[in-house]
Amino acid sequence: MANIKELASKGNFFSPGHRACAGCGGTIILRLLSAAAGENTVFVGATGCMEVVSTIYPYTSWKVPFMHNAFENSAATASGVESAYRALKKRGKINKDINIIAFGGDGGTYDIGLQSLSGAMERGHKLLYVCYDNGAYMNTGIQRSSATPFGASTTTSPAGKEIKGKMQHRKDLTEIMIAHNIPYVAQASIFYWNDFVEKVKKALNVDGPSFIDVLSPCPLGWGSEPSASVELSELAVSTHFWNVFECENGKYKINVKPKKEKPLEEFLFKQQRFKHLKNNPELVEELRRYLNEKYQNLLKKEECSNR
Amino acid sequence: MTKIVAKTGNEAMAEAMRQINPDVVAAYPITPATEIVQIFSSFVSNGEVDTLFVPTESEHSAISACVGAAAAGARVMTGTSSQGLALMHEVLFIAGGLRLPIVICEVNRALSSPINIHCDHSDTMASRDAGWIQIFSEDPQEAYDQTILAMKLSEQLFVPSMVTTDGFIISHAMQRVEIFDDNEVQEYLGEPKRPYNLLDVDNPITVGPLALQDYFMEIKVQQANFIKESRSKIKEILNDFNKKMKRDYSVVEKYMMDDAEFCFVALGSTAGTLRYTVDRLRKEGEKVGLLKVRFYRPFFEEDIVESLKNIKGCAIFDRSDMFAGTGGHLFNDVKSALYNSSSRPFLKDYVYGLGGRDIDVEDIESVYRDIKEFTENNGKGETVKYITVRE
Amino acid sequence: MKKNWKEVEIALITKGGTAEEFKTGDWRSEKPLYKSDKCKQCLQCWLFCPDSSIIVKDGKMLGIDYDHCKGCGICSKVCPFDAIDMVKEEK
Repeated sequence: MANIKELASKGNFFSPGHRACAGCGGTIILRLLSAAAGENTVFVGATGCMEVVSTIYPYTSWKVPFMHNAFENSAATASGVESAYRALKKRGKINKDINIIAFGGDGGTYDIGLQSLSGAMERGHKLLYVCYDNGAYMNTGIQRSSATPFGASTTTSPAGKEIKGKMQHRKDLTEIMIAHNIPYVAQASIFYWNDFVEKVKKALNVDGPSFIDVLSPCPLGWGSEPSASVELSELAVSTHFWNVFECENGKYKINVKPKKEKPLEEFLFKQQRFKHLKNNPELVEELRRYLNEKYQNLLKKEECSNR
Repeated sequence: MTKIVAKTGNEAMAEAMRQINPDVVAAYPITPATEIVQIFSSFVSNGEVDTLFVPTESEHSAISACVGAAAAGARVMTGTSSQGLALMHEVLFIAGGLRLPIVICEVNRALSSPINIHCDHSDTMASRDAGWIQIFSEDPQEAYDQTILAMKLSEQLFVPSMVTTDGFIISHAMQRVEIFDDNEVQEYLGEPKRPYNLLDVDNPITVGPLALQDYFMEIKVQQANFIKESRSKIKEILNDFNKKMKRDYSVVEKYMMDDAEFCFVALGSTAGTLRYTVDRLRKEGEKVGLLKVRFYRPFFEEDIVESLKNIKGCAIFDRSDMFAGTGGHLFNDVKSALYNSSSRPFLKDYVYGLGGRDIDVEDIESVYRDIKEFTENNGKGETVKYITVRE
Repeated sequence: MKKNWKEVEIALITKGGTAEEFKTGDWRSEKPLYKSDKCKQCLQCWLFCPDSSIIVKDGKMLGIDYDHCKGCGICSKVCPFDAIDMVKEEK
């Protein structure tokens, strides 16, 4: 188990002075991620909030090597970095052990970068891909993505008189990654920081590709209080909006089974993106039905895969 | 010691890649370039090279992986064509901006639509502004030599290169090729040189940052200036290549130009047919020559202007069209190069061979008659003519 | 002095962590006040601060880096011991 004092004494590799919004969940993810991975790590970031806020020339928040190529290709780029690393190691030009981590937002991961991610995972590169999942294209101004939850209002799925926000459920990217039969796939939430840190360490230790999807509260895009980001990360889990689980070599494990489940509304109505659902309780019911089904399925998968 | 073998353009490029023995090759199949990486992957499978081969799921990912690998300090190559190069388009500019020494073996093929697998230069021309060196090959020999040369140029200048052959005409045509010894190639290239190294965890760098209004222009002007200055360095490196590897290449190649009054200007495989036609016309007493442009990017403006200074009428052969109503790419570049020159020949563009349409000696002879007439009429009339087309 | 075109690096930042020189403290509209007497050194604030603005030395919370703190209030909210108050920022 990770220990706060230990983490704090080693520090992280993501310095302040970045231009993320106050209360940004993505930067909390990067701080924990870089602290868990340690100094011999190379990051490859997709175009998006976290890349933009952290590398405005001549300022960089990265205290470890960082590379940005384009929006849809951070996994392919990282697969090139990893191939170079292996080739140079084979030729004796590098002797250090180096972690390679690619990351992107949900737009760069679920949507435009899905092909690149799938290819890199299928080819078996030893790299960890982390998606900071805030459920919309926040960097361009809160447009819907395939990770936007049902009912959420975004600038391209605005809640209007006829259409009440996004009318499709989220794409289940974590399951798509599991279907790639890679050794390690997980979902995490920053509230369970210890679980997240352990997952990063586990992922970096497998001999092959790994993927972690982390819920990333976004005060601007969610219409939530900047101070509420950590609280929302807890509520998302205890309402089953977001499941904290892993799939290691095909075996599922739900890492957090909320002892006291909370009503979905507690999570939803701390966010402006869902406020129109107050007048549309049938949509809340539909979201609840979908989330419960997901959780029940997850319980079954946990049971079946461990039999 | 060199040896003589029979190779197609694709085989010759694959052979050059084997001898270069890059650290990483990331590629995706596309006609007519598929063979290059196909042959190369058999070298990988048989342990003839130390390369790590990354068979990506698209050309976009292939060039993205090349960018990642090159930033990480590896010697990197790939091969592609047409739609593949077009799919790489976005990342070509990034590789240029990041100044990564990547070499692409590019086989010229028409861009869709209609879809077509045969040669024209629309694919390479569409990427001419990406900040890459672009070298055209006339035959498998040049394809082979220039692949090795390109690696050297890219690593000396920190500018990526694409070496092109003409689809099927060169890529699949077998010719005599003189091959260097493996160790000669290794000795010539030496250890890879890199502008920076992402994997140096002790000296962490940030590659590809966001640069806004306060710095973007400085970074791009630096790149533009470097490319401008690179022309003299390319000449030095080419001379050195000629000396060490016993070749006789120049950035633009003049044939029978000394006393010529008229000339043809062209890129790639058509130069061979043009040279043959020049010989035929010369036998009839016509004062005609050929200017073959080897380097299209950077554009050797001064050399071209100098070569054309005593020419009365000049026929530009373009295997691509800009769809701007002003003809092809080479024509427009040559035309603007000549604008401030005191001695300007009459220029006319002959767009030919799109989608692999053949061009033969008779076509070229009629171009010769046409450019003569155009010149005698002081350049009156249309300046762009589509040839090898049913009227 | 900003670098001219001959001096800039090739699309590159050659040193790590230079963002620290960029102060984001003036973004604040609210300010966290640290009450050391109530602090039990659990470091929850350090864990969750998006701006690495909780100063920790030898495993001990020492205070707040006002040069970078954007005043989001997460530290105050996650503190189980009520050791951080949010107050209006005064210029």
